[in-house]
Amino acid sequence: MTGSRQVPVAEGLFTWPSDEPRLIGARCAGCGLVGFPAGPACQRCGGTEVTETLLPDRGTLWTFTTQDFRPPSPPYDGTDTAETFRPYALGYVELAGEVMVEARLTEPDPARLAIGQPVRLAIVPYTVSADGTEVMTFAFAPLDGESRADAPKEA
Amino acid sequence: MEAVIIGVGLHPFGRFPGKSAMDMAADAVRAALGDAGVGWPQVQAGFVGSLEVYNPDAIVGRLGLTGVPLRGVFNGCATAGTAVAMAARAIETGEHDLTIAIGMDKHPRGAFAADPSVAGLPAWYGQTGMFLTTHFFGMKINRYMHDHGISHETLARVAAKNFRNASANENAWRRTPLSVAEILGSPVLNYPLRQFMYCGPDEGAAAVVLCRADQAHQYAGRPVRVRACALRSRRIGAFEVQSPSLPVGEQAPSPTVDAAREAYEIAGIGPQDVAVAQLQDTDVGSEIIHLAENGLCKDGEQERMIADGETEIGGRLPVNTDGGLIGNGEPIGASGLRQIHELVRQLRGTAGARQVPGEPAVGYAHLYGAPGVSAVTILSR
Repeated sequence: MTGSRQVPVAEGLFTWPSDEPRLIGARCAGCGLVGFPAGPACQRCGGTEVTETLLPDRGTLWTFTTQDFRPPSPPYDGTDTAETFRPYALGYVELAGEVMVEARLTEPDPARLAIGQPVRLAIVPYTVSADGTEVMTFAFAPLDGESRADAPKEA
Repeated sequence: MEAVIIGVGLHPFGRFPGKSAMDMAADAVRAALGDAGVGWPQVQAGFVGSLEVYNPDAIVGRLGLTGVPLRGVFNGCATAGTAVAMAARAIETGEHDLTIAIGMDKHPRGAFAADPSVAGLPAWYGQTGMFLTTHFFGMKINRYMHDHGISHETLARVAAKNFRNASANENAWRRTPLSVAEILGSPVLNYPLRQFMYCGPDEGAAAVVLCRADQAHQYAGRPVRVRACALRSRRIGAFEVQSPSLPVGEQAPSPTVDAAREAYEIAGIGPQDVAVAQLQDTDVGSEIIHLAENGLCKDGEQERMIADGETEIGGRLPVNTDGGLIGNGEPIGASGLRQIHELVRQLRGTAGARQVPGEPAVGYAHLYGAPGVSAVTILSR
């Protein structure tokens, strides 16, 4: 839909619009722990002096799962229905020794995902409002052409 | 002074249209009092838990307005662990001689749904479809299978066992046995977990009556000793439910590991002494991982243990002998008291068709849930 309007699901989550978007985390001034999203207090030491930091946009997939049924709504606010819902995947991505973040994955098929797989940040629409506005969130996309750490296992 | 359990009561778990959670709980309390040979006016204090009932302590209106102090407790899926722990502690400290723990719930159908703010999480986490605890269970067992060589068939075997155990339990919800093939043929909900590998929120109630060990002879129920109660929350670095981010390079064990260690130490009992265990099986992956986290096996050993039937009734270490959460569903406030109810029956030798042979002496109950909290209770004859 050329020319459609796009809005982020929340402010302060990621730098966008940008050719190289990044997630916005927070580093604790007291103990140095990096967390995401940027919050008011450090999860390790409880310190409240934190500074925003841009997180690496590449990482590796630590684990993943899929969402095969439409989540309870609310709180999910996708404009799809149980019939039109399209399953998605999500996982934890380890960002270059900084922090592990939970995120949607752009590849929904678990057979095409693998623990250890290299991935890269992408800002993608997760739903379209009634007026055609795309609501954007962060996700990670498998990096094609790079070797996987190992292959998916099936029984 | 040590606390002992002298009575247990349970309202069946399942769906009971037209019957309130509080009416179910009143039935469970009457059953527990009858089991103990105790009248409600003798109860000196109580601890009552529920997610859906705002004022579970209002149950006094159905049992008798005796002025008894009744305190509401809540720790998510570990709620009943807290209720039992506090009821036992009130006796151990000498504050009271006879106490009760009560749990009740009546959940709507389907996956738990709530606003992320109830767990201190931002709105976008729910809007974008991330706020489902089932994601965590799928992701944790997926990684565990990768690291420790657990197969998809082993996942299905755990579900088949729990449905089989439930079929011998007149109080259970899911009483139709299912084969490994049927379970593996059910739809994936959160890879690698399938429909018949999850428990469902449902309805039910349970109650446990405790007294001072030196007064147990005054009552009817054969006493079961409360050897330890422990509750722990997550530490930084643990892989835990509802975590938008986690640190790297500093891994900590699950709160289950911490609670188990503390409980074994308090009880002076080791994992090798456990004769029957009730482990939180929100999903089959949880039961498999919790075997190791509670010290009952090594990581990866489950693949062989489960294939060899070691966790079946009659096996070396029977687990979830009443069907667990998979067979009974999870009315959150009552779920852990169902575990205690089953262990007491097993330790008394009155579990009927699902009695663990060999006069089990030590029973172990474990709960785990959001936001990363675990409760362990150890009982013995």
